[in-house]
Amino acid sequence: MNVIRFMLQNRTQVVELTLEHLGLVGLSTVFAMAIGIPLGLLIAHRPRFNKPVLTAANIIQTIPSLALFGFLLPVPWLGDRSDRLAILALTLYALLPIIRNTYTGIRGVDPAVVEAGRGMGLTESQLLFQVELPLAVSVILSGIRIAVVISVGLATIAAAIGAGGLGEFIFRGLAMVDDRVILAGAIPAALLALIADFGVGWLEKRLAAG
Amino acid sequence: MQAPTNTPVIEFVDVCYRIDRVQVLSGLNLQVMRGETLVLLGRSGSGKTTTLKLVNRLVAPSSGDVRVNGESNTKADVIRLRRSIGYVIQEVGLFPHFTVERNIGLVPQIEGWSQDRIRARVSELLQLVGLAPELAGRYPHQLSGGQRQRVGVARALAAEPGILLMDEPFGALDPLTRDELQHEFSLLQKRLHKTVVFVTHDLREALRLGSRIALMEAGKLVTVLTPNEFMRSDDPWASAYVKAFEAGIDSFEDRGKS
Repeated sequence: MNVIRFMLQNRTQVVELTLEHLGLVGLSTVFAMAIGIPLGLLIAHRPRFNKPVLTAANIIQTIPSLALFGFLLPVPWLGDRSDRLAILALTLYALLPIIRNTYTGIRGVDPAVVEAGRGMGLTESQLLFQVELPLAVSVILSGIRIAVVISVGLATIAAAIGAGGLGEFIFRGLAMVDDRVILAGAIPAALLALIADFGVGWLEKRLAAG
Repeated sequence: MQAPTNTPVIEFVDVCYRIDRVQVLSGLNLQVMRGETLVLLGRSGSGKTTTLKLVNRLVAPSSGDVRVNGESNTKADVIRLRRSIGYVIQEVGLFPHFTVERNIGLVPQIEGWSQDRIRARVSELLQLVGLAPELAGRYPHQLSGGQRQRVGVARALAAEPGILLMDEPFGALDPLTRDELQHEFSLLQKRLHKTVVFVTHDLREALRLGSRIALMEAGKLVTVLTPNEFMRSDDPWASAYVKAFEAGIDSFEDRGKS
């Protein structure tokens, strides 16, 4: 197995790029959650914001990733460091599934349950944290799961603007027309996606049961 | 606990409610006395549920005033107001991720009761509504419809409210369970003497549970009568209900003849 031999020979770099990759995906997912979940809650409770928010997130999703990286390149502070730029782009892409699933999850809570809670004298924040969020959590997590899996794949493209990550191997391999190098990037990326998918899926099940 | 008296606990004063230019309620004047069970009887869309929700301010009047214990409820702290009023709805609305015990104990818990006191209150309430103590650890989906509604009633009573609002609480139950719960509720009410506002479209239920029946039609209060007066009333709407009610029995007897 040439690929495995190549990866073992370059193991420090494989580990380094995998960690970089994880950093890009992890940070962007955290940012996307910090923005997406509140936005999802907002549009679930204030329907008039629903259309504009979802439309904007949808439009972002349709921009080809390479083009988005290119568009952001001339932006002053961002363009200085390509990892900032990559994290921003990945955050934007992760927004849609998170916003949409937060919205769907909250809207899916039985209205009778919410009405009973409100009628019993729960404050809006008690209603949110004790009733709506716990009941919507598995739907929200499945949105995060989709976002993470997409991000792991998309982050390989970040190497095109020099942001590092496993895409380095892929682009280098393409330039060298060397399958081993391409696979040295692609295999760990695929494994990362699988692990993330499994991990968040596990969390989803555990929280749904509790 | 007191027997029914002449102090109004809930007062509607010239209440109107409009939504999107649709007049849901107009010119509602009604008083609910301490310790009585006032039944709001009417068809769907007659405004009875809206009337109920005005009391705990799930709905705010477009004009007029709703007073609870003499205080206008638009001025009251709405959270305090709701916690002092028990609320039971047809769909029950139990929290599916909480056990029976947590469902019943939620308001006491957020009111800062001690764990021991909550536990004692929950087992007292389970007994009161005729549920076995071992149900405390179950989740709502593990209960039958009748059991769920009993938990709903227990939950509404948890923080010892003086007022109970019930929106067709037994409407979704099968006839036998409904009968059982109506019977138990009337026994319960004889002991507790809460001020109850009870919404139903079922005359039989209204006659059985109400101390007075407020008949509503198309957003207006038609008349308020005791069950006895209701059966003898010559008000066209009231007698229409009585006629439909008796027709049910007659049609069965007719079938028996043929």
